[in-house]
Parts: sequence; C-alpha cells; structure tokens
Amino acid sequence: MSQYVLLRHREIPHLDQLDVYLKHGGFEAAKKVITQMQPADVVNEVKTSGLRGRGGAGFPTGVKWSFLPNNIWPHYVVCNADESEPGTFKDREILESNPFQLLEGLMIASYAVQANRAYIYLRGEFWQIARKLDEKIAELEKAGLLGDHLFGTNYSLRIYTHLGAGAYICGEETALLESLEGKIGQPRLRPPFPAVYGLYGKPTVINNVETLTNLPPILEKGAQWYRSFGTEKSPGVKIFSLSGNVNRPGNYELPLGTTFRELIYTHGGGIPEGRKVKAILPAGASSAIIAVNDDAILDTPMDYESVAAIGSQLGSASVIVADETVNMAWLVSKTVNFFKHESCGKCTPCREGTFWMNRITQRMMAGRAVESDVDLLANVANQIAGKCLCALGEFSVMAVQTGIRQFRTDFLEQVKQQTAPVAQGD
Amino acid sequence: MNELLQNYPEEVKQILAKYPAEYKRSAVMPLLYLAQRKEGYVPRQALEDIAEILEMSPTEVASIVGFYTLYYDQPAGRYHIQVCTDLPCALRGADKFLEELCQRLGIREGETTPDGLFTVEAVKCLAACHRAPVFQVQGDGEIEYHENQTVELTLAWMEQVREKVRAEKEAQS
Repeated sequence: MSQYVLLRHREIPHLDQLDVYLKHGGFEAAKKVITQMQPADVVNEVKTSGLRGRGGAGFPTGVKWSFLPNNIWPHYVVCNADESEPGTFKDREILESNPFQLLEGLMIASYAVQANRAYIYLRGEFWQIARKLDEKIAELEKAGLLGDHLFGTNYSLRIYTHLGAGAYICGEETALLESLEGKIGQPRLRPPFPAVYGLYGKPTVINNVETLTNLPPILEKGAQWYRSFGTEKSPGVKIFSLSGNVNRPGNYELPLGTTFRELIYTHGGGIPEGRKVKAILPAGASSAIIAVNDDAILDTPMDYESVAAIGSQLGSASVIVADETVNMAWLVSKTVNFFKHESCGKCTPCREGTFWMNRITQRMMAGRAVESDVDLLANVANQIAGKCLCALGEFSVMAVQTGIRQFRTDFLEQVKQQTAPVAQGD
Repeated sequence: MNELLQNYPEEVKQILAKYPAEYKRSAVMPLLYLAQRKEGYVPRQALEDIAEILEMSPTEVASIVGFYTLYYDQPAGRYHIQVCTDLPCALRGADKFLEELCQRLGIREGETTPDGLFTVEAVKCLAACHRAPVFQVQGDGEIEYHENQTVELTLAWMEQVREKVRAEKEAQS
C-alpha cells in the first residue's frame, strides 16, 4: 500500500505529537461525528464499512455496538490493550507511535454508544506506554479536545488507563472486566454478554486497539472508501504481525486477502538461508497449525473465510512461520507450556488438561516419553476441546490436535531420539 | 496508621479518582503497584493498608497478588530481568540466550545474582516477538523493555546498572 491507514506514523514523523496529529487532520473525524451525526448514524456507518473486530474473534464492530440496550445506563467503552498472544505485537506499535488515532477512535466509539467514561486496559508490561498515554490524555483535556462539552456540544467524555499485571486471560473480555473491577481475572459465564452486563454490571462495548484505530479514517472518508480495501466479507486493511523463521519479522499493514506468500516472501524477505516453510500459525500460539506440504497453501488469501477454509483461523493475524528445520513436537510443547502457565484455573478441563498436556510434552522434550504418549497427548487435547468456559482452553489444543494430525512422524521421531530438539536461531 | 496513605497521599487520591466512588475496589491493582514501588514486593502491611482503603479483606488483596505475575510477595533482586521464551522468541534464539546469560552470571533461571541486584526469570509473551531475544526489567516501580539482545549487550547493561547503584550508595553515605 502506498498510504497507511493504521501505521501512519511510518509516513508522518512525530505523529505521536498533538500538533503534528492535528496538522494532518487529527480529530476532524471526531468533531464531525460529535457535532454533525446522530449516534445511530455512526453505528450504521461502521456497520456499512464491514469493519470486523481485530482482536481475534472478527465479529462485526457496528453490530456489536448495536447490542447495547438504551434503557440501562451508564454505558461504558473499554479498549482492550492487553495484547499477550505469542506472535502478536501490532497493538503495541499503534499505542507507542500513533496514540492519538487510537484515542480519537475511542472517542468515536464512545459517542456512538453514548458512553461518558472509557477505559484503556493495558497489559501490565506496557507500563511505559500507559504513562505516555496518560500524558496524551492530559494534553487532550488541556486542549479542550477531551472532557466536558466536546466541540461545544452537550457530550462529555473521560478516558482513563488501567494497567493489568501479567495475565494473558485478561485479554478475554469478561476476564478483563473482572480484572478492571479489581478482581482475579477469570472469565464470567455468558450470557449475559458484556453488551448487556459489562463493567460494573452496565452495558459495555469492548474493542481492540486496532479496531478502534480504524474508526477515524472510516468516519472521515466513508464506509465505501474503507470497503475498497480487502474482500467483500473481510473488508479493509489489517496489520499482519510476522514472526518466527523469517528474514524481516515485523508489522505489515496490508489489505485483507493478501496471500501468505506475499507476506512472507515479498514483505518478510523470505526464510533464512533459503530454507522452506514447514508450517504456519496464522493467529499466534492459539492457531490451528497449517502444514505447508503443498506450495499452493502459500497462495491462500489471508482473510477470515479463506484461512478458515484451509482449517485454521486468521484471528489477530499474528503469523508465526516455522521452517523445515523445526521439530513440530518441540513447537507444540512451547504452545502447551504457554497455555498451561496462563490457564486461570477457573474451569477444570482447562486447568487440569493444560497441566497434563504440559507434563506429557515436557516429558517428550526431556527424552523420557514413550510412543503411546503421542496418543495420550491427543486424547487429553480431545477431552479439553469443547468443554471450557472460555476460549483459552480451546486455544490450548489447537496446535496439539493439528500438530499431531499433520506431523505425527515428528512426535514419534522426538520420542525415539530421547534428546531435546534445538530450535532454529539457537 | 495507614503507611501507604501516609507515604503516597497524592498518588492514592489520583488513583481513586479514576474509578466511580462506589466501585473503588477497581483501584486495587494500581495500589499494589504503588505498594511494590519501594521494596520491589508487596509487604504484608501493604495488604492491610490497601484493604483498609478499599474496604476489602487483606485476603482478597493477597489473592490478587497471587494471581498476577507482575506482583511479588517475597523480596528478590532489586531488578527482575524477565526473558520471553515463548514460541516466536524461541525461534529467534531466546532459549539459548537465557541459558547463556544464566551461565555467565553463575546462577540458574529464577535465581538472584550474589550482589542481590538481579533476579533472572523466564516469562511469557512480551509482545515483542519480532525483536527477540527480548527481556523486560521490572524494578524501582517501572518496567522497561530491552530488545534485539545478545548476552554481551545484556551484561554490559547490567554493569551500567551496577555503576548507577554504586553511585547512589556513595551519594547517600
């Protein structure tokens, strides 16, 4: 793309400074929305744009907003900045380098659902980012762009940051709400969904950083402009976070529907030493693994539907590449270890299951496993699937099930070798 | 006497102002960061102070400390060096980086250097996969990222920190 929508700071130096952001049309969209549009019109425009949530689930944003009841008040908006999925680092770049566009997006979302108070829930590790955001928020309030009677209207908004403290589960929206309410971050039973019973029991919209950052350009240039990017069912642009065995890992903002081949070879510079791609995890550690045993797989467009059609999910588009030197049993042991550590412990299948899977994979890595452990691992994964309170348990089995199904020989080899494989880069 | 309130009256007030008065329990996590700022862990007294401010039980506050990984209930090194060893980082050599760093420091993962300054730990994802090996440093109430690391770079940085701490001590004596 010749022009960025989300990573505009790469073209406009110092976009994180208010005067620079204002000089490049900053807060014009928020002003237009708040002074000229009815909240329902904003919701409809976002619905028409086809914007889907960029946190992973891909639910249509405007539709999500429209679920809030108009007879229960106050409404809240919460920005999910708890980015913790291995392979994901897109929100961090926006937060660090283009914070005003996020804040403007948060203003637009808040106006659309008539919330007067919004929170940005950041993972605790983003301590420095939170301090910087606090400064930006204070700057906006001082400039009269945030606070009471925005742009001379009756609409008022306060934005606050809130730091988590190192728990992946808090990216799950109901666990995030529990955490924001000062409790252990464990998911709530649903329904009721946050749109009806959210923060402090009130109707709440929770949107990802990237989702919100899309809003100012959509409202400024219109839904049809936004639909000119991407595909019919997955319109717009997306930040693809590329990591693993690639020459140029990083964030790449591209239209939805760009192929894996273009991302990995054109933008990512290919695989070190000309090796071949063995597998792709298109949505971070929680992905169903895509085996690249057929070169045509690389030509799959990266949109929600096409990636689902080859047995995985686009999720937050955090594409991890493993090359031909990677033993997939080792790779699976890494994902299992992550989910075992991050299981919140609320539901038994996830708490016990991830613990058990981790024991088996650690045994494999320590050279103490037997052949039947491969089937045992698959069996435990199958027992977890479909029985958990939230998606974390489901995520924990994705790589296990698809890894064993497609790379069984790697697991058997690992059991026979009785030594831990060495990761590339080591 | 509420020591936290006495030591940080302005900060406590600012934190409480972020949340609706009837939901002040939301302030428990920021107050824990405040309590941890000086010693690098949450002392027993702070649990009681926070509980009193927020009208919770000390046990409820302690459960928050236990659940979240960035809070500590025991003293350790002044600086926690936390290396991400999750899948994308491991594909870029993070496991070996951590192993070598520990070797050079003469400690095992999870242990503290003999001078009591650095505790080295493996942590889960830091959202910096493209710049691995990466670690964060938690200490003095702050968290700072160090990306694209080598063992040599990290050791050199640690030496700078030691210098800073020595200078601080000299200034105090």
